Amino acid sequence: MNINATLLAQTIMFALFVWFCMKFIWKPIMGALDQRKKQIADGLADAERAKHDLELAAKRSADMLREAKEKVGEIVASGEKRASEIIEAAKEQAKAEGDRIISGAKAEIDQEVFRAREQLRTEVSAIALAGASKILGREIDAKAHNDLLDKLVSEI
Amino acid sequence: MASEAHTSAEYIKHHLQNLTFGKLPDGVWGIAHSHDEAKAMGFWAFNLDTLLVSLLLGVIFIFIFRLAARKITAGVPIGLQNFCEWSVEFVDSNVRGSFSAKNDMVAPLALTIFFWIFLMNLMDLLPVDYVPTLMETIGVPFFRIVPSADPNATFGMAIGVFLLILYYSVKIKGVGGFLGELTLQPFGKWGLPVNLLLEGVNLIAKPISLALRLFGNMYAGEMIFILIALMGGAWIGFTPGSVTLYGSQILLSLGWAIFHILIVTLQAFIFMVLTIVYMDMAHQEHH
Repeated sequence: MNINATLLAQTIMFALFVWFCMKFIWKPIMGALDQRKKQIADGLADAERAKHDLELAAKRSADMLREAKEKVGEIVASGEKRASEIIEAAKEQAKAEGDRIISGAKAEIDQEVFRAREQLRTEVSAIALAGASKILGREIDAKAHNDLLDKLVSEI
Repeated sequence: MASEAHTSAEYIKHHLQNLTFGKLPDGVWGIAHSHDEAKAMGFWAFNLDTLLVSLLLGVIFIFIFRLAARKITAGVPIGLQNFCEWSVEFVDSNVRGSFSAKNDMVAPLALTIFFWIFLMNLMDLLPVDYVPTLMETIGVPFFRIVPSADPNATFGMAIGVFLLILYYSVKIKGVGGFLGELTLQPFGKWGLPVNLLLEGVNLIAKPISLALRLFGNMYAGEMIFILIALMGGAWIGFTPGSVTLYGSQILLSLGWAIFHILIVTLQAFIFMVLTIVYMDMAHQEHH
């Protein structure tokens, strides 16, 4: 219970412990705490930024979707228009072709009719000649009566 | 209980005697075997028990915290790191609360003070007879296990704090500023002697109050444990009186130990907080 030199030894020991604590305990622990604080702050900032980015991205994707929809509508409309145009054109073309075929056929028919009439006419004239020669009982000189025959033929 | 040859007074005296190493009356250095021998050694003697136990406890503190500090990561803390981080933050918040200047030394100082004193005080919860009896069987005459119940330990720390107060007072305010603080207030330059007296007492009171408060609390606590231990020591056989006393000792020492947990922590905390406050005052310029 006496005050003695223990006092000095205790003071020195105290100083050494404080020094050691300051140098090798407080510094690393506080450093780690500060570092963690910074990491957390950074993490929160990152999260905030990511959230902001996500919002922007969502907005952009919505915009893009709307644009795409509009474009699709346009494309569909123009496609429909084009399709109806093509159909119209095809119709017209078909009609023209049909007309052409019909007129061609008509011309051919006319020609056939004309040819048949000519043939008939010559045949009729021949029959008429043969009939007349029989009636007359003699050969009709075809040459002599050619002008007559031609006249007859044209009359048939 | 120590051997039955002891009277109560001898028992108490024995428990309150440090293991002192110094110059014996015959001129040889050695361990004092009685209170009078220890007293005769004068200033140049060492209380081996105080030194040993406080050194051991300080090393335990340093070891535990160093263990955590070595492997510390800024990632997810586990186990010991959690405890050390919590302690550091606890001390740091106290320092931030009462210390306004910038000094990287105050917080580690406070941490060391708190845990060292806490561990030293904690020795008070060891049953009073265990260590002295154990030491007696291996031939060590005295052993006080509570370093903070030895004024040498508490004054040792308080002097350390006092030197820091002086150092930082002079460093921050300059010699003139510090002397001015001691002599020119509160009554101005014409009241110089009175100022010096008041401020001098004020200054000296800081380490003395620090040391005596801790010493007084721990010494009183130890004394009460010893007194409680005396109750069972009056054992004379299975008589109603002896059994009652024995039972009272168990209950009372339990109660006092539980109450003492509070004192142990509180005194460590008070020493720490007052140190922080004194350091803050040393850093502050008066206006």
